[in-house]
Amino acid sequence: MPDQSPISSVNDFVVRFANVNGSGSASANELFARSILRHGVPVSPRNIFPSNIQGLPTWYEVRVTEAGHLGARGGVDMMVAMNPQTWDKDVASIEPGGYLFYDSTKPMPSSKFRADINVIGVPLTAITNSTYTDPRQRQLFKNIIYLGALCALLDMDPKLVEQLIGEQYKSKEKLLSSNVHALHLGRDWALQNLKCPIGLQVKKSDKVGDRIFIEGNSAAALGAVYGGATVCAWYPITPSSSVAEAFTSHCKKLRHDPETGKAKYAIVQGEDELASIGIVIGASWNGARAFTATSGPGISLMTEFIGLSYFAEIPAVIMNIQRAGPSTGMPTRTQQCDIIACAYASHGDTKHVLLFPEDPAEAFEFAAQSFDLADRLQTMIFLMLDLDIGMNHRLCRPLKWDDARQYDRGKVMTAAMLDEPGRDFGRYLDVDGDGIPYRTYPGTHPTKGSFFTRGTSRDRYARYSEEGAVYADNMQRLVRKFETAQDLVPRPLQANAAKPTKYGVIYFGSTAPAMDEAIGLLEARGHQLDRMRIRAFPFHSSVASFIADHDFVYVVEQNRDAQLRQLIVNENGIDPVRLVPILHYDGTPITARFIANAIGDHQDHLKVTPLRKAVS
Amino acid sequence: MTYIARPKFHHPGLKKNDLGYTHRDYEGKISTLCAGCGHDSITASIIEACYELSIEPHRVAKISGIGCSSKTPDYFLGNSHGFNSVHGRMPSVLTGANLANRDLIYLGVSGDGDSASIGFGQFAHSIRRGVNMTYIVENNGVYGLTKGQFSATADRGSKSKKGVMNTDNAIDLVAIALQLGASFVARSFSGDKTQLVPLIAAAIRHKGASFIDVISPCIAFNNHAGSTKSFDYVREHNDAVNRLDVLTGRDPITVEYAPGTVQVVEQHDGTRLALRKIDADYDASDRLAAMTFLQKHAAKGQVVTGLLYVDPDAEDLHTHLDTVETPLNTLEAKDLCPGTAALEKINASLR
Repeated sequence: MPDQSPISSVNDFVVRFANVNGSGSASANELFARSILRHGVPVSPRNIFPSNIQGLPTWYEVRVTEAGHLGARGGVDMMVAMNPQTWDKDVASIEPGGYLFYDSTKPMPSSKFRADINVIGVPLTAITNSTYTDPRQRQLFKNIIYLGALCALLDMDPKLVEQLIGEQYKSKEKLLSSNVHALHLGRDWALQNLKCPIGLQVKKSDKVGDRIFIEGNSAAALGAVYGGATVCAWYPITPSSSVAEAFTSHCKKLRHDPETGKAKYAIVQGEDELASIGIVIGASWNGARAFTATSGPGISLMTEFIGLSYFAEIPAVIMNIQRAGPSTGMPTRTQQCDIIACAYASHGDTKHVLLFPEDPAEAFEFAAQSFDLADRLQTMIFLMLDLDIGMNHRLCRPLKWDDARQYDRGKVMTAAMLDEPGRDFGRYLDVDGDGIPYRTYPGTHPTKGSFFTRGTSRDRYARYSEEGAVYADNMQRLVRKFETAQDLVPRPLQANAAKPTKYGVIYFGSTAPAMDEAIGLLEARGHQLDRMRIRAFPFHSSVASFIADHDFVYVVEQNRDAQLRQLIVNENGIDPVRLVPILHYDGTPITARFIANAIGDHQDHLKVTPLRKAVS
Repeated sequence: MTYIARPKFHHPGLKKNDLGYTHRDYEGKISTLCAGCGHDSITASIIEACYELSIEPHRVAKISGIGCSSKTPDYFLGNSHGFNSVHGRMPSVLTGANLANRDLIYLGVSGDGDSASIGFGQFAHSIRRGVNMTYIVENNGVYGLTKGQFSATADRGSKSKKGVMNTDNAIDLVAIALQLGASFVARSFSGDKTQLVPLIAAAIRHKGASFIDVISPCIAFNNHAGSTKSFDYVREHNDAVNRLDVLTGRDPITVEYAPGTVQVVEQHDGTRLALRKIDADYDASDRLAAMTFLQKHAAKGQVVTGLLYVDPDAEDLHTHLDTVETPLNTLEAKDLCPGTAALEKINASLR
């Protein structure tokens, strides 16, 4: 018996699966997460994987959370330890009173366990080997067998798992029955040989509602379909490849002409990132909506073209699924570390629009909106996701679209407009005072509206010029355009604390779920915080107001150098002392516990009793 | 101002083509390249070809990279949209533009620095994808705008204006284009309008990746003793019956010679170029034979000119991608957005 009472919890615990990359465990583990979802209980899963194909350790964590916390919690209540390589680390990560599930085919010495945890052994290899002869089958079905055993241990309804397997192998009867058989092998063995259920249990609930379960990359790709993207050029790079792959898949289902069967889209896998963004810029210049998806190293390669997009004012969309940098960094770990690189990408004076969605639903909305913004502003728009949103399934509100919505193609002069009496077309003329000029698409008019696009300096009529005043005039207009963008991009969302407070917190993107949860933890410690979730750069004027209204504002982000904080200081001229960085950058998703501890400790230090008061 | 606009007046009696356009309608701004630059002769040939084909000037998109050659789209088809992109990246920009609107004519203008060095990869991939374009390289074997460094097409053993010997092997873009599957491959000489104009016209008419390598002497930096792209060098390697008059000063170099002959062309600095025009009965439908022919004559120090290969039934990138006939840039929300009903189904599948 363990010297710690077993954890007892219904619909609120963390299960982590430790596997070997390439063992086929990912689909079984995801099936586990989905099964809990089918019980009406929210889950928040995270795939923690190495940057190789086979043989290295991989983990899949499922946070079962009836309260609906979608950030990572930290800590493990039950470890399904299937990888001998990481055994010691895995065992060490279990919370006191937690559970260790392992393959007990070969006996383990007691020194390999901990006195304060509960050990559950299932002879998975023995069961598998006695049932299957084919080595690959043995490997794959072992995963389903442990899933079956977990069903019994956690008191899950096997019918709901069977239903999911049925959906997965809808037209593959043989695979369906063999998977269901393996599921019952594990479940039956556990029911006959173990005390079921354990302290951790899944009970049916109704907390999922109409929410959907989707990866951010897939949602962003769907946003591109709905937003009218017709050209996608990309080059494979983790963790962004699944954006283009999902766009391909969505387009195949949704974008073929019903009469001819032909594609209303063009997708090209470029030879590199430079070609990909070049194709995007060429297509956008010619009036199509185009995008690429990449990650930090891709942004580095694209910066020359990004500068061209800014200076020549060509719309384009880059979806940057950030990973840990610099250089190759940690390709399969998450960070929010490309903020500065994207905000000021390329040489010379540039500023780019960044959008920060918090979850897949917003990734969908912002992706669609990014094409409107790119056309309206005639500039590059960065959709800033990260691996934690992009490659993990998230529970989020259903995707929504308004059928009455029309695309905003921005200021495009047609042949009829060019023919209007008195109409003056100058490609870089600021006729409306918003810094945004009119453009024409190639081929518009036989004699009017053509211009020469170039990365070199030019006058308002697109004529090459190296005159200083002409150059400065153009650069100032670009600043005006960026100011216009402030009111077009998604505004920050603000929420006040339950009680008046002098302190605030700013956060963005994938940090949001952990931040939401952290607010509760901080309140429990007696700290009140007003909060603001920034959703775009350029910053809306309310960001500066929010900071001005508080003594201190914490800025929570997932990078080493406090990049969002730097950007706020730089763009708003704010005293850096008033912005306290809360930084998490080890490549794992930020947790509520981390935020609450970091801010809580800082707040505790602020509670200094004045000496004269203490003496009196 | 740092550009030179062309005067608008012109003779009322100028000849018109089938569309009623005169030659002037195909011109652009006045060139700011060195007087006598071969690139200006290519510009004149493009103007001539487009005039003869009765192309609507505004239905052409002219795209280039960076360099002397890439400046030239400003000097022709003034009513067309032009795009002077970044060094070596013209092919990707052109590919994207082509994907957006398959109905326009795409002229890609590049140089040997642009296409054989920094943009070698993009050149190769646009060719292998079969982008429907006319890709012209204005090839002078030297970096003109940065004052005389070797480009990757400079021959091994040739010397720079400063007397430095090139020890690297040359890249033959025509040979590469053939190997990569270009469906129209030609080489010409900037001064041979008789040959170049119909080649450009044929390339524009061709559906698929058309590539023309045009040897174009650089008057400022590659026209000296020791250069293999100079006139003297060409004269030295001449076996032809035709002989070019030596042109000095700042006049453009022109040349006329018969099919099947070799013409040695003396460039402004006295160096020479041996041009071999392929025979009239040359079989341009045999890719393998074209490659052999090219290599055989290259071994003799001759630069083969003419239409080397054409596949009249070629397909282009749009065919490969099976895209709709309607240009993608004209599709609207009603054509592209699957709507709420489809989204509800997607939502349902994600629960």
